[in-house]
Amino acid sequence: MATRIHPLLILFTVLVYVFLLGPLIIIFGASLSDTTYLTFPPQGLSFRWFQNIWDISAFRRTIVTSLQMAFLGTGIALIVGIPAAYALNRYRVTLPGWLSTLFVLPILVPEIVIGFSLLRSVTVQAGVPVWYALLIGHTLLVIPYVIRVVSASLASFDFSIEEAAISLGSPPARTFFTIVLPNIRSGVIAAFILSFITSINDVSVSLFLTGPGVSTLPIQLLAHMEQFFDPTIASVSVVLMLLTILVMIIVERTLGLAIVAK
Amino acid sequence: MKRLAGWMLASPATLAITFLLVIPVAITVGLSFGSPGQGDWGIVQPYADFFASGFRRNVLWRTFTVAGWVTVISLAAGLATAYVVARCPPWMKSTLIVLAVFPLLTGVVVRSFAWLVLLGREGMVNQVLQATGLTDGPVAMLYTQGAVIVAMVYIFVPLMVLVLVGVLENIPEDLLQASSSLGAGPVAGFFQITLPLAVPGLIVGAVLVFTASFTSYATPHLLGGTRQMMMGTFLQQRALVAFDWPGAAVVAAIMLAVIVATVLVMTRVARRLNPMAT
Repeated sequence: MATRIHPLLILFTVLVYVFLLGPLIIIFGASLSDTTYLTFPPQGLSFRWFQNIWDISAFRRTIVTSLQMAFLGTGIALIVGIPAAYALNRYRVTLPGWLSTLFVLPILVPEIVIGFSLLRSVTVQAGVPVWYALLIGHTLLVIPYVIRVVSASLASFDFSIEEAAISLGSPPARTFFTIVLPNIRSGVIAAFILSFITSINDVSVSLFLTGPGVSTLPIQLLAHMEQFFDPTIASVSVVLMLLTILVMIIVERTLGLAIVAK
Repeated sequence: MKRLAGWMLASPATLAITFLLVIPVAITVGLSFGSPGQGDWGIVQPYADFFASGFRRNVLWRTFTVAGWVTVISLAAGLATAYVVARCPPWMKSTLIVLAVFPLLTGVVVRSFAWLVLLGREGMVNQVLQATGLTDGPVAMLYTQGAVIVAMVYIFVPLMVLVLVGVLENIPEDLLQASSSLGAGPVAGFFQITLPLAVPGLIVGAVLVFTASFTSYATPHLLGGTRQMMMGTFLQQRALVAFDWPGAAVVAAIMLAVIVATVLVMTRVARRLNPMAT
């Protein structure tokens, strides 16, 4: 656009971006410090705090749990959510309007309230083991994202292609896998990535559903911070940020980042 | 037949959300009420107790204050930034969007931790303040309301920028061209065309940020501690430290009521203020 932007406004935008990225760069620096306390600029240069992540068994365990929750939770959410999104688009007229409202409830209801309620009902009253309760929480958390992103991609899918295949004798279930699914592939991948990141970063739901021996990485980070103020946290943060960058590169290469920005 | 197929496909998600979300949350809300014969207030006695306690009233009020400030500051900073980003040349715009997406995808714990490092006694902010001679000794910044607000603004500005870039891009360009050809300057164009058309989007962004900061846990926990308790940290403290289930349920129910009311009211307002709607 040709309209000129006031220089002060540009300066302000630059400052906002410094504000957004500066603290993350400082974490990068602090993670490399050779000191036993957090400091920036780093004093000395050492990777020992990265080594420390692996040496602390609590981190090792919670990284595994976090990955399990993210993969399994997102997987189950896809299995449950894709048919729901399909039904919402394909059979919209026969389904009641409140159904799509029901599907966004896990976003509307505060996460921390969901976590507390699941703790009371699922863990305490129903006696579900901690690991499974945690998985239930993570699955619920990401179902709305799956339904929303897959729905958006089904909205631009031309269902007459599917009808053509069925009228030519392809069984409906097979048609779904051979015709519909390949056409909404990018939506499914976007839903997977969005859900995975939401799950791996979750604090408020996991907070109530972790228990003795079963915890997720963000919860373990919070617990570690209460006792120690060493650069281990910074190095874990750096690993998580590198993972985020990796995901962003993969998304950029396959789908274009515009999908995440939506 | 069609009806049945639709329901069958939608039923796993419907059942999961009904039994694992709607019913447990309904039980929590039920638990927040007392028994009819108790106290002066009957079943709302626990709520009367909540509002009778100065400490709890303070927690609720502080949560409103912090969430309000965070929303207003994020809205102002987000709108100015989004305005510039939306007007950048394409390659720069996509770079700036990527740079806003990155912090958004980084976890809340990591991002709050960054401010724990920055605002500590030996942190960067204190170092700079002392080096420039603005203060003599280290200033205690952690565990203040200001620290919580700054960190939360930091958490929510990227979200606001991304929402508002989308909103600003959807405003038809020819409206601005028409206004400038009729003699309106960029400032008049902004206040008379862009801003009114952006209002519904601004409300969406504000609701997102307000509800998320009202119910957040990690940031107030790390930067506010027990001194700056907010509804989220208070709920955790009631449930997991004090094991006061009914007390925690009251906190949860109040949070839920505030969020639902905010969303319902603001969606109405957004619809009414939309100049494109007829």
